[in-house]
Amino acid sequence: MKVGHGQETEPSIEKDRRGRRMSLWRQLFGKREPTSREIAKKRLQLALTVDRTRISPQLLEMLKDEIIAVISKHLDIDADGVQVSLTQQRSEHRLVAEIPLANVPRRR
Amino acid sequence: MSATVITITSGKGGVGKTTTTANLGVALALAGKRVVAMDADIGLRNLDVVMGLENRIVYDLVDVVEGRCRLRQAMIRDKRLSELYLIPAAQTRDKTAVSPDDMVRVCDQLRSDFDYILVDSPAGIERGYQNAVAPADRIAIVTTPEVAAVRDADRIIGLLEAEGKDTPQLIINRFKPDMARRGDMLGTSDVIEILAIELIGIVPEDEAIIISTNKGVPAALDEKALAGQAFRNIARRIMGEDVPFMNLRDSSGLFSRLVSLIKQ
Repeated sequence: MKVGHGQETEPSIEKDRRGRRMSLWRQLFGKREPTSREIAKKRLQLALTVDRTRISPQLLEMLKDEIIAVISKHLDIDADGVQVSLTQQRSEHRLVAEIPLANVPRRR
Repeated sequence: MSATVITITSGKGGVGKTTTTANLGVALALAGKRVVAMDADIGLRNLDVVMGLENRIVYDLVDVVEGRCRLRQAMIRDKRLSELYLIPAAQTRDKTAVSPDDMVRVCDQLRSDFDYILVDSPAGIERGYQNAVAPADRIAIVTTPEVAAVRDADRIIGLLEAEGKDTPQLIINRFKPDMARRGDMLGTSDVIEILAIELIGIVPEDEAIIISTNKGVPAALDEKALAGQAFRNIARRIMGEDVPFMNLRDSSGLFSRLVSLIKQ
């Protein structure tokens, strides 16, 4: 049974050659606005991780502050850039902390 | 012969549990199986109208449980399929009129005469849901590709796991392949990845469902309806056949995007 497959044209594809090549690049690799589908998936994953693990955004905020405090004792970090988040892939849940280092000289 | 009890549930309301129950009942009966469809939504009965049997109700599930009639007297034979029966819910009572033990007892009485007993669960996670799930050998969770419905489905999966029930199977209802392809709806692959349970059916959004519900003639009886075909396929999968999914799947992966670009 075939349902309208292949009859859709991607709205983001432009007509001229250059534009088309650009959007092909963009579509495959490049950055673009996330679709509502992607937003829905992200929001769901986050909501479900909170539901399943009972880790609230408030707890994450608290963890973040404490992580910053602990690491700052030993390293110079960019506290504003620190992100603590939960991710989910299949049934695996993961707490991810991203901690940018500050003032690293380019070369010794 | 001993029937398999399959409960159709969802958590969220309005995702198509009753439509699914009616259509799977019809599809299994079309395949030659002996089927009872039971409405466990006491107080808000609907399965009777979806099956077009609302004018034939004399006794209901609560009458059986409270001993006002024999089980057979509450079973309404389908107009079109002689091996399909409905046990309607009571309209004037509430969920507490039936207990989980009552449901197990009624289903056990039916088991020897049927192949499948389908139980249409009410929305929610309270008594009505618990009644519906109590007798289940298998559970089908119906969801739509929407954030709220998927979240509630996940909650149900968690509850069933905590109760030690077998892992439920998933039916994605009201899927719009074109919208998923445009990036405007969760894709079937997204929903499966998030819920991580086995998929047994994808039912496309189809106007035939609304028309068939208007008439009280389930779409599974309509040869031409796409959703009817989807329900017949699910019935065959329930019977253990390996039926490929209809070509509704959205193409959002890298490979599919390449293919669709080349095609232009």
